[in-house]
Amino acid sequence: MPEQAHEITLVVNGTVRRAEVPGRRLLSDCLRHDLGLTGTHVGCEHGVCGCCTVLLDGEPVRSCLTFAVTVDGREITTVEGLADGDRMSPVQRAFAECHGLQCGFCTPGFLCTVTALLRENPAPTEEEVLEGVSGNLCRCTGYQNILKAVHRAAEIMAEES
Amino acid sequence: MKPPPFDYHAPRSLGEALDVLAEAGEEGKVLAGGQSLIPLLNMRLAAPAHLVDINRLPGLAAVEAAPDGVRIGALARHAQVERSEPAAVAQPLLRQALRLVAHPVIRNRGTVVGSLVHADPAAELPAVLALLGGSVRLARRGGTRDVPAGEFFTGPLESAAAPGELAVSALFPALPPRSGTAFREVARRHGDYALAGVAALVGLDEDLRVTTARVACVSAGPVPAVADVAGACGHRPPASADWAGAAEAVRARAEPEDDIHATAAYRRHLIGVLAERALRDAAREALNA
Repeated sequence: MPEQAHEITLVVNGTVRRAEVPGRRLLSDCLRHDLGLTGTHVGCEHGVCGCCTVLLDGEPVRSCLTFAVTVDGREITTVEGLADGDRMSPVQRAFAECHGLQCGFCTPGFLCTVTALLRENPAPTEEEVLEGVSGNLCRCTGYQNILKAVHRAAEIMAEES
Repeated sequence: MKPPPFDYHAPRSLGEALDVLAEAGEEGKVLAGGQSLIPLLNMRLAAPAHLVDINRLPGLAAVEAAPDGVRIGALARHAQVERSEPAAVAQPLLRQALRLVAHPVIRNRGTVVGSLVHADPAAELPAVLALLGGSVRLARRGGTRDVPAGEFFTGPLESAAAPGELAVSALFPALPPRSGTAFREVARRHGDYALAGVAALVGLDEDLRVTTARVACVSAGPVPAVADVAGACGHRPPASADWAGAAEAVRARAEPEDDIHATAAYRRHLIGVLAERALRDAAREALNA
């Protein structure tokens, strides 16, 4: 018997998107396969690595630990939605400036996590930054430049506000 | 790493949810935050035929602090409870423990009640409920029942919630006067499940002598066992209480197991060290209360 399909509507990066998905479709797979948004990366698929982090109504969540059907009707922001047109967001510019990425696999998750972190806490302490990114793994860049990038992003946001 | 197929149900009311759960029986599984369940599904360690998503049920996200304690609804996320000032005032151990639960991003989705029903002996919240003597409210078609923590946790990943039942809320009793709490744990990496952890509650009498001293341990047995160590501390002021003796009593009772992360002997050692620290911290809080 074919699996039952569910029609869902998501507002992804400000655009209304519709998809027909089985109940078991992970939000990460829905974004990548059904909607073609491959910026969200999939690493461990059990919530450990943080690569698939997206914003659900502005809050960072693991898209690999969320079913697409559960978030029917909600707003999702992926890494593709962070920039303002051609201009990268302050967090993206800070990561580029501070060499906060090397291979780039973990970067979408870091960018989404840090965007939400700085929105909630525009001037985090070293401790707060460490706690904030502790759920995201990076295996090549090294965390020091990522931490620098978070502080730099906070500076850029303060300068531009 | 993809979940197995299941029939997906998204009830809009509690009554509808309980009907679906009653019909699904043993084949039904409740989805709340999904931060423990979805990894199990992705790794195919669980394969329920029916998944009942309760995220659209109204009225289950409340966090209510009252004189008797904090009642937490089934859809209240860890982060929401962690941020709640009234909850932190009524029972500070909630926030102390929630800060140790996984990572902030996981806490945005994971639910407190879901963590209780998942009943992982390595998790913080079952130990908190057990230590405080709280309870879980289970609803089924035609009725509800409150199950005390001592009867709720029945084994590793096993709770008293029967097929057809939905945990709708949990009550974490309020902190009594002149009492303090603390939660100490050691994990390999920040946010990992703890190798060992200890939640402690210390209460003082009017002369500021220790009358209550209890701990509950994490990763120290099949269910979160509570140890009453008031006798071992001695009825003395915190400064001269026998915390080391109390910790030794906790250590002796712990039943940790070996796994790839740590040996049982190392875990037992940690439990002793953490118990003394947590008891001293809790006593300090009690003096400041």
